[in-house]
Amino acid sequence: MHALREAIAAVRRAPLLTVLSAAMVALALYVVGLFGLAAFNLHQALGTVEDRVEVVVYVRDDASSGEVEVLEEELLEMEEVAAVRYISKDAALVRARQDLPEFEELFRDLDVNPLPASIQVDLGPGFRNPTGVARVADRASIYPFVEDVRFGEEWVDRLHLLQRIGGIATTILGGAFAVVAALIITTAIRIALFARREEIYVMRLVGATNGFIRRPFLLEGALTGLVGGLLAATFTYLSYQSVSQAIFPLHWIPGEWVLAGVTGGGLFGLVASAFAIRRYMREV
Amino acid sequence: MIKVADVTKEYPRRGKALDGVSFELAKAEFAFLTGHSGSGKSTLLRLLHMADYPTEGEVRVCGFSSELTTRREVWKLRRRVGFVFQDFRLLPGRTAMENVAFALEVTGTPRSDLVPRTSRLLSQVGLPAKAGALVHELSGGEQQRVATARALANEPLVLLADEPTGNLDERASRGIMELFRELNTGGMSVLMATHDLELIRAYPDIRVLELTNGRLVYDSATTDEPRPLTARTVRGG
Repeated sequence: MHALREAIAAVRRAPLLTVLSAAMVALALYVVGLFGLAAFNLHQALGTVEDRVEVVVYVRDDASSGEVEVLEEELLEMEEVAAVRYISKDAALVRARQDLPEFEELFRDLDVNPLPASIQVDLGPGFRNPTGVARVADRASIYPFVEDVRFGEEWVDRLHLLQRIGGIATTILGGAFAVVAALIITTAIRIALFARREEIYVMRLVGATNGFIRRPFLLEGALTGLVGGLLAATFTYLSYQSVSQAIFPLHWIPGEWVLAGVTGGGLFGLVASAFAIRRYMREV
Repeated sequence: MIKVADVTKEYPRRGKALDGVSFELAKAEFAFLTGHSGSGKSTLLRLLHMADYPTEGEVRVCGFSSELTTRREVWKLRRRVGFVFQDFRLLPGRTAMENVAFALEVTGTPRSDLVPRTSRLLSQVGLPAKAGALVHELSGGEQQRVATARALANEPLVLLADEPTGNLDERASRGIMELFRELNTGGMSVLMATHDLELIRAYPDIRVLELTNGRLVYDSATTDEPRPLTARTVRGG
């Protein structure tokens, strides 16, 4: 109770300093928040594209239905494959007419259906990557009645590179700003400690325990970090709304991320002030 | 109550501040600690409340040995030892009452006990009417009384005072001395560093310990020789 009272009293005694350090923490965490928002939306977008990763096996016109069935069964036995769908030549033409209405006349005047039959192979989650796609394509290519296998290897590769870059950038930039936030809190707490050095001296002299002396500062740091975290979450949400309304729709980051960010702010405040106090106690 | 056994304190740059000092102070004993500026008085007081530790030898205060008491545990000793400074070291911007209550509060006194105990302490030092006065509204003598009330907050067994009358006029100094004598009569051991010769002469019954260049050169309890201070001039703190 004393610690909480003192922490609040400290905020009252030096409101400008508290507001300043909370604002700095908020700024640092806001950048982390913005980056989180961007990273999450990139992840979502890539996920949507990834869902569409499929392998299409085109079969020759002279392939018998029995041969095609054998291939379908073999593909289905692979762990990477979730489902297969046979698209006959006729079905391919119907689909082409639906999908490409601008070529309707062209398709109507045809004497012979030029489109090949195909097997659409859906991959299971976790296998929509370059390795999974290549394994399925390799297996299908063995059969002589398979004319071609398409799976867009180039963009599958690019997709994964993009995801990896996104992950690394989040870690590096997030980490850098977290360090900045920690430094700011440490400095703010050291200033607070300096401003109250006489009090700390008297406390030590009359026999207050080290824990008793530390607690209000730890709490002050945690509160500053928490307020900074909440401000950052608010700013991030406002930015999300502005971008969603004015530029393009975005997904809001999951609640757990927000909670982790705000709690992280508080935790940062706590650790940073613990660090500052440790150094200060050694000095006085 | 206090036992200093062959204590040496050496600093890396300054050299020896104390050199083989030994003495004992019994329960309810009063002693002046005197000597020139830089003779080691303040260093000795620092060792006695374990703000620092001896390089050699042992300091034992209220049963706490410098060899066994870690920095983490020093607070236990501090609750048995009161400390008064020349410059009072009161918290500015707070009242006399708040300064005393602060010491009680940070050592775990329940809030409901704060006001009655603070009032009692201020009465004990003769300042019941000044409880609500801010520190800067008090005279030097009054400030030292508040500082003494604060030092008494934990009902210490020993009172250490570093030049407590150094910033006070003669009348206020006498007042503080009388207060210390009263506390001493009540059973408290008092060790008071001072270079005020007049004060020492005024209390011939009080034991005198004199330090010179970190060595204990005179102890009125162990010699019948006349007090050397009465024949010499001592300057500084």
